[in-house]
Order: sequence, then C-alpha cells, then structure tokens
Amino acid sequence: MDDLYREIILDHYKNPRNFGSLESKTHEAEANNPFCGDRIRMEILFQKIKRSKDQKIQIIKDIKFSGEGCAISIASASLLTEKVKGMSQQQISSLTKEDIVVMLGIELSPTRLKCALLSLEVLQQTIQ
Amino acid sequence: MYFTPSGFPILRNKKLVYLDSAATSLKPQSVIDAINDYYSHYSANVFRGLYDISEKATLKYEETREKVAQFINAKSSSEIVFTSGTTESINLVAYAWGRLTVGEGDEIVTTVMEHHSNFVVWQALARENGGVLKVLDVDEQGKLKIKNEKGKTTYKNSKLLLQNVITKKTKLLAITHVSNVLGTINPIKEIVVEVKRLNPKCLVLVDGAQAVPHMKVDMQDLGCDYYAFSGHKMLGPTGIGVLWGRKELLNSMVPFQFGGSMIAKVSLTETTFKETPMKFEAGTPHVAGVIGLGAAVDYLQNIGMEVIRQHEIELTTYVLEKLSGLNHLTIYGSKDISIRGGVLSFNVFDKSGNLVHPHDVAEILRRENICVRVGHHCAMPLHERLGIPGSVRASLYLYNTNEDINRLVKSVQNVQKIFS
Ligand SMILES: Cc1ncc(COP(=O)(O)O)c(C=O)c1O
Repeated sequence: MDDLYREIILDHYKNPRNFGSLESKTHEAEANNPFCGDRIRMEILFQKIKRSKDQKIQIIKDIKFSGEGCAISIASASLLTEKVKGMSQQQISSLTKEDIVVMLGIELSPTRLKCALLSLEVLQQTIQ
Repeated sequence: MYFTPSGFPILRNKKLVYLDSAATSLKPQSVIDAINDYYSHYSANVFRGLYDISEKATLKYEETREKVAQFINAKSSSEIVFTSGTTESINLVAYAWGRLTVGEGDEIVTTVMEHHSNFVVWQALARENGGVLKVLDVDEQGKLKIKNEKGKTTYKNSKLLLQNVITKKTKLLAITHVSNVLGTINPIKEIVVEVKRLNPKCLVLVDGAQAVPHMKVDMQDLGCDYYAFSGHKMLGPTGIGVLWGRKELLNSMVPFQFGGSMIAKVSLTETTFKETPMKFEAGTPHVAGVIGLGAAVDYLQNIGMEVIRQHEIELTTYVLEKLSGLNHLTIYGSKDISIRGGVLSFNVFDKSGNLVHPHDVAEILRRENICVRVGHHCAMPLHERLGIPGSVRASLYLYNTNEDINRLVKSVQNVQKIFS
C-alpha cells in the first residue's frame, strides 16, 4: 500500500466521521480551494462550561463537516473533527500546520499540504 | 521512432514520464543553446546599438520573425507580432481592436471549449462595452454543435450552419483550433467560410496554442483574421508568443502599449507610431525568447510537422486503445483520431462508481514520476458542461513513446487498486 494512502486515510475518506450537518449549531464556516475545487463546510455547537468559580469557557460539544474533495482533504477534515471535540476556542486557535501533519502521519508536497490544511482553515474561521 | 528523447536534456532522467506538454513542452538542447549563446555572446538590445553585437541581435530577432511567418505561411513577416504568449496576443486584440469596435448590443461569439484566456477576455469586453457574449456548445463527443437544416449535428460537412448564431451584429468569433481538454480539432477553415458567408464583416480569431506545436497550420489557407499561439508549448522558451493578424487589420488598429521602439516621432504635443508590427512591440522585447523560438521552429521544421502529427496519431491511438481497455474509466472527447490531437482527459472511478478525485490520481502517478495535469485545465465552462469537477489530463508530444503510455496505464491500474 502506498504510504500516502495509508489504511487510516482511505478509511476516513471512504467513511468520513462526523459527516453531515447539525440541527442546533452556534458557529459555522465554509471555504474552498480554487486550485482543486475542494470545498469543506463545518458546523459546530459550542457549549459554555465553568472552568473555575469566575471563569467560563466555550468548548466544542458537537461538530459536523460536509463538502467534497480529494482523499487527503476529506480524511483530514474527518480526523480533525474527531480530534477537536471537547477543545476550547483557545485550543482551536492555537492549532497549527504541524498538528495536522502529525495527525495525518504522512509527508505532503506543498500543493497537497493545501488540501490537508483546508479543514483547519475552515475550523478556525468558525470562531473568527 | 523519429525522435531522440536524448535531444531533450531533461529526459536523460529515464525515470521521468512527461505527459503534460499541453501545459508546456520540454526544451531540446538546440533551443537551450540558442538562448545561452545570445546571453553569452551577443546579449545586446535590439534596434538601438550601432555596434556589432546589437546588429547581430537585431538580425537574429528579425530572422525569427521571417521564420515564424514562413512556418505558419503568413503573407508577410510584418504580420507577425511578438507578444508574451497566447494570453497576451488575445488581450492585445481585445484592447487594440475590440474595445473600440464592439459597441452596445454587438455580439461576440465564442465556444464552451475555450481556455479561459479566449473566454474571460471576451466576457469582460462584452460586459464593459455593453455587448452580448454568445457561446457555442459541444456535443457528447466533444465536437462543436453546429447544426444543419435537418437539425443534425454536422462536423466535417462543409455546410456548417452557424446561421442561428452569427448575425449582422456579430463582430467576432473567438474559437480554439484544438481544445486543450478534449483534443478536438475544430474545422476552422469550414467555419471561417460559413461565418464570412453569413456576415463578411465578422472577424475570426483563432487560439492556436494547442495546434501550432502539433500540426501544420497555414494562415492563408485557414482564412481567419487573427491567430494566437505560445512559444513555450512548441519547444520554445516561456514568455514569448505570437499574434498573427491580417496586415490591413493590424494597420488599422491602435497601439496596445506605448513606449520605446514603437514610436516614429515624438514631440511635446504629438507622437506618431511605427508601422505594424513594431507598433505593437513597445519597450525592450524578450530578445532571448524570440531567438529561442527561432531555434524551436528550426527544430520542428527539421522533423516536419506531418511527421510529428503522424507520430502523435500513432501514440494517441495506442493510449486510447490501452485506456479504453480499463474498467471504471471515462475518456472525454471524440474517439475519431482524425479530428483529435494528443490530449486525453479522463477520470477514474472506484468499483461503486464514485469518482476518484483527480488530485488523488495525480498524487499516485507523481510517486512514479509520471507528470500529468489535473483540475479544470483553465476550462471551467467546459467542465461544467461535462458535469465534472475536474479531470486528469495526459498530453503527448513528439518525445513521448509507447513505453510512457505503458507506464501511465500501469499507474492508473495501481490507482484503481488503491481505491478499490
Ligand atoms: C488552448 C489554449 N489557449 C490558451 C492558452 C494560454 O497560453 P499561455 O498561458 O501561454 O498564454 C493555453 C495554455 O494553457 C491553451 O491550452
């Protein structure tokens, strides 16, 4: 098996997790990559939780994505939605390119990196 | 096999399978040498110096104009305008002719199979000048839909009825000679005859970017008014291209850009311009590019365009046969080799009929050093018409071999295995 198309990537591509849309959501965003025509949309339900006596933060209670794209962009979105459940807005903002590369566990050319990063871009847009 | 791939330095890397010549072609040693020679031995400006190396540069520059004129059988070398490429050639016509000619309610006709450079230009012009853009459709075979009286789609038939489209208000038909996605070779000569019959004043601009590198083109035979092409797709360097136009037409046009080289006399209140083609070549031109283009024309002529076309027909037949043998694969365009160039766009599907994204195909091919183009190939209207988000395109040229095709087919099978 070609290492770029590791079992896990093909699995997330063929059976994307958290695919669809949310009935109740607080945040959403969509973006596309004009070079490949990839399009990803994310919907999120944030929930306020008490962190300490006088501090409340927002964390992801539920998240869904939809769209179309190549195996890399879809698998990346699917894996990302699994990864970020329960994360705070601050944690989401501090996610970087490196986190995505580690999450996918593959090396990518600069062009393909754009496919992989589309989902992160959309995710971070939801809270901007 | 007529060509030695070893004449192309990049192909000394035996692993490389280059199937993206529709994007840009590889360069033979002689072209690289010609450019190198200019920069190493006579890198002077043209039309300015009275010293030897400038005279030599000017001579080589003008020699190439002659070569190009002869290559495309123009009436005279003064009909050859050097530009930066097809895109600039088309924009030049839109600016120096279209902008002042297309008025409120006038029509421009183009086709759905155009490259964006021969589509967006006219869309923008129509919008700015209050004109109307009409778009000719293609049929399922990727052939232009031009119907006859009985409503049948005719093609090779000389009686091409464009009469539903071309009217007295049509100022221009902008059409590609060969499609950069479907490979379709449009019957330009017949189309021009029919257009001129319907409206003698309607001009025809032909985008020859995918034709000139692959087949003999003849300006006097085609009968069109403008013809645009790029050097880099015909073994030449990037950044150089040609606009051919009928002389009377070029003479009647205003300049495209103002500056040095293109003026006859400048005073504080008035400027007169040089004649065609200098009128359109403002500023220091791409001298090395022109000289490299000259070497490319020599290379092509030494082999002969008929020989090149024949080689591509054989290769295209082979690849069509091989790819047609694979399941879950769709090839777009006509199977009729006589009206098709060596451009093959296709998509791969998995067993349940889902499209394997072209980027995933390209990625797997890339890992085996196979270079193909994926995406919409600067032809979004055509992909929309075909109802697909994109495609994989393999395009052939004189240096490709059956072995290249075998490797392509093997890799496509690998894609199918991975995505099965
Ligand atoms: C049919 C066609 N027209 C126009 C162009 C544009 O050529 P260039 O980018 O060299 O200006 C291309 C090349 O991509 C083409 O294939």
